[in-house]
Amino acid sequence: MQNTRKKMLMTPAFKQRFISGIKAQELLIKLLTTIALATGAVIILTPLIFMISTSLKDRNQLRANPPPIIPWETVTAEVDGKLEPLYEVDIDGETRQLALIKNQPGGRGLFVDPAQPETVYELIIAEQTELRTVELHFENYPEAFTQVPFHLYLINTLIVTFVGMFGMLLSCTLVAYGFSRFKAPWLNVLFLVLLSTIMLPRQVTLIPLYVFFQKIRWIDTLLPLIVPNFFANAYDVFLLRQFFMTIPAELDDAAKIDGANPFQTLVYVLLPQARPALVAVGIFHFLYAWNDFYEPLIFLHSRENWTLAVGLQTFDALYSVNTHLIMAASVVMVLPPIVLFFFAQRVFTQGVVISGIKG
Amino acid sequence: MKRSTRTLSIQKREALWAYVFIAPWIVGFLIFTIGPMLASLYYSFTDYDIISAPVWKGLANYQKLLFNDPLFWHSLKVTIKFAAMALPLNLVIGFLIAVLLNQKVPGVNIWRTLYFLPSVIAGVAVALLWVRIFNARIGLINPILQEYFGVQNPPGWLQDPNWAVPALVIMSLWSVGGSMIIYLAGLQGVPTTLYEAAKIDGANTAQRFWNITIPMMTPVIFYNLVLGLIGAFNYFTEVYVATSGDGGPVRSTLFYNLYLYQNAFRFFEMGYASAMAWVLFVIVLIVTLLVFRSSPLWVFYEGELRK
Repeated sequence: MQNTRKKMLMTPAFKQRFISGIKAQELLIKLLTTIALATGAVIILTPLIFMISTSLKDRNQLRANPPPIIPWETVTAEVDGKLEPLYEVDIDGETRQLALIKNQPGGRGLFVDPAQPETVYELIIAEQTELRTVELHFENYPEAFTQVPFHLYLINTLIVTFVGMFGMLLSCTLVAYGFSRFKAPWLNVLFLVLLSTIMLPRQVTLIPLYVFFQKIRWIDTLLPLIVPNFFANAYDVFLLRQFFMTIPAELDDAAKIDGANPFQTLVYVLLPQARPALVAVGIFHFLYAWNDFYEPLIFLHSRENWTLAVGLQTFDALYSVNTHLIMAASVVMVLPPIVLFFFAQRVFTQGVVISGIKG
Repeated sequence: MKRSTRTLSIQKREALWAYVFIAPWIVGFLIFTIGPMLASLYYSFTDYDIISAPVWKGLANYQKLLFNDPLFWHSLKVTIKFAAMALPLNLVIGFLIAVLLNQKVPGVNIWRTLYFLPSVIAGVAVALLWVRIFNARIGLINPILQEYFGVQNPPGWLQDPNWAVPALVIMSLWSVGGSMIIYLAGLQGVPTTLYEAAKIDGANTAQRFWNITIPMMTPVIFYNLVLGLIGAFNYFTEVYVATSGDGGPVRSTLFYNLYLYQNAFRFFEMGYASAMAWVLFVIVLIVTLLVFRSSPLWVFYEGELRK
């Protein structure tokens, strides 16, 4: 038994078949993987397509059930002063466009030619094709933006996001530098304390902070969302410190010998090399601040101070029937993160891995 | 001035620089972390509505919380129910997609981009979108269930107390790309030499998966599990948007964090909400500790081999 198998393995024909068998198996795996991935991609993309398609419909098109992905509009014609849907109808081998004026029992309907409404044809409705055109209501976008002061929300969001990002980058760089390049008593203990703050739920500090911000009259201003960023946070300090550790200390020493003080060393030696890490941390902050709802909801009260997240939620709470306008505003809100994502994909996929998901 | 710096030893000067650089964090830690923590602990023993000064009540808030507030236990139950559904599904689906994306298929980068995409747009807009997808009148899910899967009476999702939490779970699974990308990085970190050695020993694909991939991935699974548990207790935006902050229908989606928010910023029971925040802190600590303590039983670190 053992012998015959060994002999079989030797024959070139078997070898050939064996190798092509492996190749076929590999090809099959690739094919199945692609099919599975494509199926998943359809599930992932459908909600986004639904969002865009809904944002381009008008109230009438919204009523259609099931909702068509493409915003169709029925073509109508005027018959006796009323608008009736047009159908493409086959009569005696001739294709004509007739309007449906009345439904009859048994799925039949009364059709007329809008030009000569005297002659009535009785036909089965399901056998005729309804005439439709694609109607995209781009005017939903400007309309959504005039119903509520979205331009104010946008400005507030941009201020919170970018001033906060500046403060976070500035403070976290300094702190990460301090934790990565110096020896000092208690420094390691302090670093552990910093890391342990990740565990602390923000609800624990939120209520006293609210009281504190109210006492210094910061509630209903953007300050509570911006200023804390200037005092560093554990996630970003940790990420930047890890990155600084990978930059060889010999470069620092060389700068030191040339008479640079630690501050100059940071600016001229470390920062130019730390750009990828700074970009990653900056992008994650952008996403976090852009999408954050919890803190703006708590700290901002009046309409003119809201960020997009709060403004959009309130828009929905007030006018939830205007689904098309809410979806238009939502598309505008998700667009910047998506554009950023496509431009900085590598940063994303690598940075996420280092930091986990921030928030 | 110049003389005084010169008299400092090199070590002392280095230490001084270190503290200069970490000063922003130390100041921030005192103002935004330690100070509020102490205040919060104090509030949790008081009756405090912000307008009048806090009134000391001893353990009354904690007593009410644990023994006299069915909603506290209910919100805990809702949160755990969500976690018990969302975490295993997230794990299995995220892991599965990562395994698929780790194959050498054409256009793999495009697939990765697509699957990760929903994770970058989390928040209000996504919740508003899914509320409409679940909607019985204008939604997308029920027509699909009826047309393609022959479901006669599809659930009312966010309108139905029994289906609201599962609906939120489905919503959260759309962003499975976030954990997928971490699994993918883990998969790519598994040394190929292990697979080659197993192949030589005659292990088939399934055996290699169970005996190499899974054990090597347990640290990553562990990491995602801890993150997911903490995430469930912080769950807020989606449920607030979906239910206009009510946690409805009939409180079926009254998550812990939402109930805490209602106490603090709707009923202005700041003392009671502070007590809830501290209980949450203790829960997070216990859960993390339990997961960490259990980790030697099932988490395999490569470093252990080398010892």
